[in-house]
Amino acid sequence: MSAAKATVAVWKFSSCDGCQLSLLDCEDELLAVAEQVEIAYFMEASSRQLPGPYDLSIVEGSITTPEQLELIQSVRQQSRFLVAIGACATAGGIQALRNLVDVKDYIATVYAHPEYISTLATSTPISEHVTVDFELRGCPINKQQLLEVISAFLRQRRPQISDHAVCIECKLSGVACLTTSRGLPCMGPVTHAGCGALCPRYDRPCFGCYGPKENPNPDAMSQWWQASLGVDSVKIIENMRNFNAAAPAFHNAAERMNTGGKDD
Amino acid sequence: MQTAILAAADLDQLIQLLIVEGFQVIGPVRDQHAILYDQISSAADLPQGWIDQQEKGSYRLEQSPNQAYFGHTVAANSWKKFLNPPRRRLWRASRENGQLVFQAESNEAPPLAFIGVRSCELHAIRIQDAVYIQGSHPDELYRSNRQRLFNVSVNCTRATATCFCASMNTGPEVSLPSDINLTEVIDAEQHYFLVKAGSPAGERIVAQLPTRAADQTAQQAGREAIGAALQQMQTGPRYFDSSDVKELLYRNLESPSWDDVAERCLSCANCTLACPTCFCSAVEDSTDLTGDHAERWQRWDSCFTNDFSYIHGGTIRESTRSRYRQWMTHKLATWIDQFGHSGCVGCGRCISWCPVGIDITEELLHIRAAEAK
Repeated sequence: MSAAKATVAVWKFSSCDGCQLSLLDCEDELLAVAEQVEIAYFMEASSRQLPGPYDLSIVEGSITTPEQLELIQSVRQQSRFLVAIGACATAGGIQALRNLVDVKDYIATVYAHPEYISTLATSTPISEHVTVDFELRGCPINKQQLLEVISAFLRQRRPQISDHAVCIECKLSGVACLTTSRGLPCMGPVTHAGCGALCPRYDRPCFGCYGPKENPNPDAMSQWWQASLGVDSVKIIENMRNFNAAAPAFHNAAERMNTGGKDD
Repeated sequence: MQTAILAAADLDQLIQLLIVEGFQVIGPVRDQHAILYDQISSAADLPQGWIDQQEKGSYRLEQSPNQAYFGHTVAANSWKKFLNPPRRRLWRASRENGQLVFQAESNEAPPLAFIGVRSCELHAIRIQDAVYIQGSHPDELYRSNRQRLFNVSVNCTRATATCFCASMNTGPEVSLPSDINLTEVIDAEQHYFLVKAGSPAGERIVAQLPTRAADQTAQQAGREAIGAALQQMQTGPRYFDSSDVKELLYRNLESPSWDDVAERCLSCANCTLACPTCFCSAVEDSTDLTGDHAERWQRWDSCFTNDFSYIHGGTIRESTRSRYRQWMTHKLATWIDQFGHSGCVGCGRCISWCPVGIDITEELLHIRAAEAK
């Protein structure tokens, strides 16, 4: 009976736990999930630990310590499918801001005893270390999308997760564009959909927490922000260097803005 | 039927009559920062005294010097969302005792009455009719919404900077049939509507309104008001001869202009979703956790996305250049071969709602200029 169920492991790397919590947040669907899969390893939910291998590993968090470098290899070896969830696991997260500075300075500032801290110079996404079968974006992820990914995995079909712009979600929801109707700098046109245009629906421009959409053009958007909306370059860099600061499209756009439009 | 005069103060009676007839009435309303088409229940819901100023990548509402109900131009959204909703379930299936049971969706919605449809928008609806109804695979939901539709059109008496219906020969005066046609006339002394029924259903409604016959002076005032909108466009920057656009684009499929616009375009899809004629949709199948229930949904899609041209293992149009070229050449050229008329009605939404202000009329000029070089 339970032997026939797919086994699922949920792993945490460097992260705030918010994405794992999205799974526990699936209150109405949690029983259905538990009926369909064997939760074999999920420390946030239960101290019961079943040994691998696992049919599906859901991985939250970025790689920031030497131990994690080894653990992610072990997770990959034990997992038939590996899905990275959230901005940390898919782009390095907000902690990837360390990639832009010398992390030793941060450690010295933050910790009374920096000698106890063992950390890597960078925060990197899971895909930089092992093969990832699917990346689910967001900071945090959308729980309905997580259920869709699990359902798709169980039925061996492609998840219905679109990689187009948040703008499409605004338009489908009937939200009048915040940039064009009010001159507000909104990251929507370069940001991956999935949130259902949550912020614009509540009158706040997109923060870009789902990271770059497919085929993004942040440079053209930045130029328009500067020339037509009067947004200064610092504000543009702040928008790019957010939860997905190390995602290449946002990182490079911020760098180019920082160096006055010239490539490094 | 003769043209009649309806006092502006009596406009609400038209809306109430439509509601009593069982219609769900849709009209322009003022959202926080834009005019949107949405359900209304009285004339008080209309954006009286508000007008829009639209420019490249910019839409602003402001208070009008007068109290016109329809002083604004086209809304941010278009009527297409009511005839073909942005998202809709096509069918459900469930596994019961080992058998798959399918359940199709039926249209339970009440008939719609649109109030405030502009000439360009009537053209847009006609264009979508060709796609959804006249093809070999009619869309049943669209057809059912469309066949029961009651259309109250309004002649434009003001154009905003992005309007170019005069270039596309689709306005500003309503020339296509509608159930009732209105022209709003307002000055310091008077505020009334010229009312003309265009169908038996429209005649029945107008007969119940407190109208009086329109004299020559009143009709002349209406013609002048429409003439003012036309003149605004004819003296604006987006007035051009569109008669050779198809050939122009066919000759310039490799124009350097496509590279130039691709540098600026975000491939965000705003233009296509704001467009009242763009009709593409995606179909998405999903299953639930148990695998015993499946659903098929249809949602608006756009040729500016990667998924749109994804076919067994690859995307045909990867680059923004190819996506923009596909959209513009379809809209203005191949559409003519496909349906017999242009896919553009000159409403200007793709210009105003582009978050980086790309202007389809300017792109045409660029292509023309590049060819002349």
